[in-house]
Amino acid sequence: MPMAADDIRALIVANIPDARVEITDLAGDGDHYSARVVSKSFSGLSRVKQHQAVYAALGGRMGGVLHALQLTTAVE
Amino acid sequence: MTDAAQARIAELVQGSDVLLFMKGSPLFPQCGFSSRAVAILQHLGVEFDSVDVLQDQEVRQGIKAFSDWPTIPQLYVKGEFVGGSDIMMEMYESGELSQLLSEQGATPAA
Repeated sequence: MPMAADDIRALIVANIPDARVEITDLAGDGDHYSARVVSKSFSGLSRVKQHQAVYAALGGRMGGVLHALQLTTAVE
Repeated sequence: MTDAAQARIAELVQGSDVLLFMKGSPLFPQCGFSSRAVAILQHLGVEFDSVDVLQDQEVRQGIKAFSDWPTIPQLYVKGEFVGGSDIMMEMYESGELSQLLSEQGATPAA
């Protein structure tokens, strides 16, 4: 089952409250997204840790219901 | 993940300077993200080994717990987890990946 962009955003913001999240539906099919997540909380974290924080926010959906999410992260 | 799977993955990761866990083979990637990861390494002209997780369910599941990373591909350099295809692309574009590989003494592909 695909996920709606708003659901992805809501999960991220619920766990990383200050996050600015831009989501693009790459194929227009509700299944292939790119997301850019910017947060102060990423400060001092490696890229891997930043991405892990976003994956944690998505609560195990990444790689499951959410197959294709290209992710970039940055410190606010 | 079973201890046996964990041990096998650790052995794979330690046994290769540059190792890509991917879907399919470098010649026939079975997923766009894996294809992108292969293209980056080939473009950098670095010698690397690959593990096709589609051929091994134990490794396919085990690698996700091993690195606490939910997706394939995954790149390891000298036993350290570097990232998935998005991080590889970001590091490639910024020049960091090339720098990391040369610092770690990765061998240029013949």
